[in-house]
Amino acid sequence: MEALTALNVTKRYTNHLALDQISLQIPEKTIFGLLGPNGAGKTTLIRIINQIINADSGEIRIFGEQLQEKHIGTIGYLPEERGLYKKLKVGEQLIYFAQLKGLSRKDAVEKSKAWMRKFEITDWWNKKVEDLSKGMAQKVQFISTVMHEPKLIILDEPFSGFDPVNAQLITEEILELKEKGCTIIFSTHRMETVEDLCDHIVMINKSKKVLEGSKKQVKDAYKTNTFSVEHKGSFTLTADRYELLQQKPLDDSFFQSTIQIKGTQTPNQLIRDLTELTEVHSFVEKIPTMSEIFIATVKGGSDE
Amino acid sequence: MNKIWLIIQREVLNRVQKKSFIIATILLPLIFPAIMAILVYVAIEQKKSATKNVIQYVDESGYFVPDTSKFIFKKFDGSIEDAKKDFQQNKSYGLLYVPTFELFAPKGLSLYTKVNPSPTEVGDLEGMLEGRIKELKMQKFNIDKKILDSLKTDISIQNVNLSESGAEKKSDSNVLFGVGMAGGIMMYMFIFIYGAQIMQGIIEEKTSKVVEVIVSSVKPFQLMMGKIIGLASVGLLQFLIWIILITTVSTLVLGLFGLEMPQQQMAEQMTQNTEFQQPGAVEFLNVMSQIPFGYIISVFLFFFLGGYLLYGALFAAVGSAVDSPAEAQQFMFPITIPLLISYFGLFTFTLQDPHGTVSVWLSIIPFTSPIAMMGRIGFGVPDWQLALSMVSLVAGFILTTWAAGRIYRVGILMHGTKINYRVLAKWFMLKG
Repeated sequence: MEALTALNVTKRYTNHLALDQISLQIPEKTIFGLLGPNGAGKTTLIRIINQIINADSGEIRIFGEQLQEKHIGTIGYLPEERGLYKKLKVGEQLIYFAQLKGLSRKDAVEKSKAWMRKFEITDWWNKKVEDLSKGMAQKVQFISTVMHEPKLIILDEPFSGFDPVNAQLITEEILELKEKGCTIIFSTHRMETVEDLCDHIVMINKSKKVLEGSKKQVKDAYKTNTFSVEHKGSFTLTADRYELLQQKPLDDSFFQSTIQIKGTQTPNQLIRDLTELTEVHSFVEKIPTMSEIFIATVKGGSDE
Repeated sequence: MNKIWLIIQREVLNRVQKKSFIIATILLPLIFPAIMAILVYVAIEQKKSATKNVIQYVDESGYFVPDTSKFIFKKFDGSIEDAKKDFQQNKSYGLLYVPTFELFAPKGLSLYTKVNPSPTEVGDLEGMLEGRIKELKMQKFNIDKKILDSLKTDISIQNVNLSESGAEKKSDSNVLFGVGMAGGIMMYMFIFIYGAQIMQGIIEEKTSKVVEVIVSSVKPFQLMMGKIIGLASVGLLQFLIWIILITTVSTLVLGLFGLEMPQQQMAEQMTQNTEFQQPGAVEFLNVMSQIPFGYIISVFLFFFLGGYLLYGALFAAVGSAVDSPAEAQQFMFPITIPLLISYFGLFTFTLQDPHGTVSVWLSIIPFTSPIAMMGRIGFGVPDWQLALSMVSLVAGFILTTWAAGRIYRVGILMHGTKINYRVLAKWFMLKG
């Protein structure tokens, strides 16, 4: 089943179209990357899913059901702009947020204590948020996002403000939540996070969906049949079947060449052809990184 | 509904646990009378121990007869020029110069001092001289002072309200004036203080960005209402504690001085049915006991709630639109105007002429009615006017809450936008 389905979701503000007929499907129990440059409409989409604002038209379904008020407890949301009540104690704050999500007071107390034990921060219970460091506050905020056990978790730039140790801790937490059956939507600019964690991605640019699919599908689509070869001894290629994009010398008469297959040849054919020309030491397909795909898509979009 | 309740609870707890609330609520009713008492005490002591100032005088007219109850007078024999020189060296407070003058057009009298004298001191001297000249004139006209005194008559009108049932109620317009003024000012302060607190709370939520998390759990309107109602409850709680404390403290104090609360005093008088009546204090207490405080307090509570909800919603809308309290100033202005109109109207219309047309309308229009009605209520307001005022107040706050809600839901999510009234209007028109 799909954790979330959006159908032709459109949102218009007075002067511009924030979302233009966005449709997407988020498979259950996956980590889903919602990508796009600043101002593309990601936050608007996330706010619509959180029922903070309403779409002008279109439909959102959560686990097959029309989005409605009861889904508030199904969703956990970590906004990009973090915020906690500064004067409120950590414990009270967590309980309050959990209660607003629909937990009973008793459950809220139990859950918040359990999570604080898990993060080994039980001695913060009576501290005011204004006395915490930024990283500490981020942990508290993360707990408040997941403690009511939402099935769909939306994390907007979850790693900003964390040092590498804590970022690792949060990553493990996210993977554990996925194991438990949660679906996680990631909205981020950090492509290495997407590379590491996301199973599926959607990319929005200028209010429109420009890319969707599993990470492999997307990468396959952006593959250019280009291979990086390390070899001993220089060579040149006839131009019709292959194109030698680049050849740079390494140490001891070794070279690195970048070759693109122009026709229908398989990589095996290329290797065979290469072995006749030179001594091949390594042969790697050049797979585009998410970062390259991101830049290519955004730039492609802006050239219109 | 359940979530509004949670927000109300949180809001009340946040405020009530603050030290400033505890201090204001418990100490204010104790501190205020204490400060008054200390001031009165000091003033009395000062009067007792005050040393009289020395005033030298040069009298060329021969008319001046010093009255030593207020000042010590020292006659200076010699010219005024010598007196001035002498005055500069000695420690006298002032130098009074009375030249020869025409009895019917006294001119040229002067008082030389080293520091500016207070108006009372100048007034005392003037009175002394005026009295003296009056006597001299009477002598000239051959009028006996006794005859003049016997022409004076002192009349005080006893105001009695005659109700339709024929019951008579003594009232005193001065006391009613005081009750109206106190009620009106208190209403004004309550609306302002609590309205500003709503605004601050919302700005805080907005700047700390916590609002985005909250509105993913509750509707913006629920959040706004929760905050407004929460603060209203805090206000009512504070008011209630004040009433209880003031009643307790004043009972204790009156008991200490051998007096009793007005109600008890009244009851005792009724049972004893004595004709003895000390004028003054008892008469005042008598009038006080005729004022239906229960009725006034319940009307106060209704208009406080109504007025507070009406203005609270507007304050909330302003808070949601801006990013800092400083930015809020420009939008505070239109909210403050009706409050100021009713506040100044309280003194110029409501209390002077509680049943005049302007007063009646001020007490019916919802934006001014909370304060104006408090000013009028002691003087007796016809039931139909009270009912009309209450209905329009309820309608008024439903309207402002609705309008504020529409601005609020957009405003709280907006950061860094330049806000003016056109932007607010745009937000208001924005659908869902």
